[in-house]
Amino acid sequence: MRRPEPVEIYTPASVGEASALMKKLGAGGRFLAGGTDLVIAMKEKGLSPKYIVDLKRIPSLSGIREQADGSIVIGALTTMREVETCPLIVRRFPFLARSAAEVGSIQIRNRATIGGNMANATPSADVAPSLLVLDTQARIAAEDHERTVALEDFFRGPGQTVLGSDEILCELVIPPSDRRLVGEYIKFSPREMMDLAYVGVAVALVLNDRRCERARIALGAVAPTPLRARNAEAILLNQVLNEEIAEKAAAAAASECKPISDVRSSAAYRREMVRAMTKRALLNAALAPPPASWAERRERRYR
Amino acid sequence: MKKKIAITLNGERVAVEAPAHRLLLDLLRDEIGLTGTKEGCGTGDCGACTVLLNGKPVNSCLILAGELDGADIVTIEGLKLGSEFHPLQQAFIQDGGAQCGYCTPGMLMMSKALLDENPDPTEEEIRFALSGNLCRCTGYVKIVQAVRDAAAALRAARAAAGGQER
Repeated sequence: MRRPEPVEIYTPASVGEASALMKKLGAGGRFLAGGTDLVIAMKEKGLSPKYIVDLKRIPSLSGIREQADGSIVIGALTTMREVETCPLIVRRFPFLARSAAEVGSIQIRNRATIGGNMANATPSADVAPSLLVLDTQARIAAEDHERTVALEDFFRGPGQTVLGSDEILCELVIPPSDRRLVGEYIKFSPREMMDLAYVGVAVALVLNDRRCERARIALGAVAPTPLRARNAEAILLNQVLNEEIAEKAAAAAASECKPISDVRSSAAYRREMVRAMTKRALLNAALAPPPASWAERRERRYR
Repeated sequence: MKKKIAITLNGERVAVEAPAHRLLLDLLRDEIGLTGTKEGCGTGDCGACTVLLNGKPVNSCLILAGELDGADIVTIEGLKLGSEFHPLQQAFIQDGGAQCGYCTPGMLMMSKALLDENPDPTEEEIRFALSGNLCRCTGYVKIVQAVRDAAAALRAARAAAGGQER
């Protein structure tokens, strides 16, 4: 395996300093979070950034906290392993914790960060659908401004986001949600571990005696960006969740996704798997309690 | 463009000079001379290069020297307890948990991280923890057995020591 080319690594202590560095040093630099995409690109694809600005020494970017209004803030430099094991996330949004657990290995998840994963904008990113069904907002900052965009609008295409060259994704904010919210994420891939999603489906529902008061469905790996399946959501709203309505919603999701054929799978197969997995995810979400073990989770996925 | 990097390596404070783009893996093997850590795939898929960074298992092939100032690193060379093998090493030997041995340092460091967190893991928990460590020889059965046996030995040692950490 080839080695990275020589490069200077800066370690700013604040977001303002990091953004100013990027502005001063000009085009061709890269921000570094966990490095599990960037360093691999430098080794495997010969990517040679002019300089690197390491964000890991900025304390304000890490950690998960609940705010007074009930929203949950996940710092962009929070590792996937922290998202997977954080008691607050496990209790409130177990499907988000499990979608983080689907990424790579424990070694990778100890480095990979949730913000780096979003900024890398891979269409198959496992946590993206789970964050989308929670209406997550992305808080972005630079030296001289701040802005917030819906995570759904943050992605522009494979590897493309709305981030300007001196802008840093600082926080993912999950707005206050109904305590009854239940959800599920199904990663469909032929290998149990260490694989990329062929199809990823997240759902989040608020059920009142099985009637859907709120429905969100998001899909990964079947469009240039992670995608909300709004037609499918509309079918569920105010309906009683049963097998028939889950099937209808799943069919809608399959028709509104935009998969491509590639080395992993054909577009037609991906579309069919969106249909099957969306139905399963909807019915699984309504089951209580969520799966306790990995084996149980696997059985539910392939039932 | 060499940088001074202060790290704690296997419990000892060391200062090394290395360019920022040097991989932790190469820093350990080529600059410091600790060749126990192996390179398998070089892309974070196989786990052969696993070391503990601030107590957590990571792929040393994906970390740059420029990220490391102040880090605490434990490699396979730091696993031994004085002159004795660690119970994990003893169990891998006793159970035949190694064949060609190339994946073994990474397996041991990942297993150490697992047992630090969870002293009594189920077989499923062991397999989940080791899913980022590939072995092309053993078929994993004896590796999983060795981790279970080491966990039992560590628990017994801890009980004998009256609950004190070893």
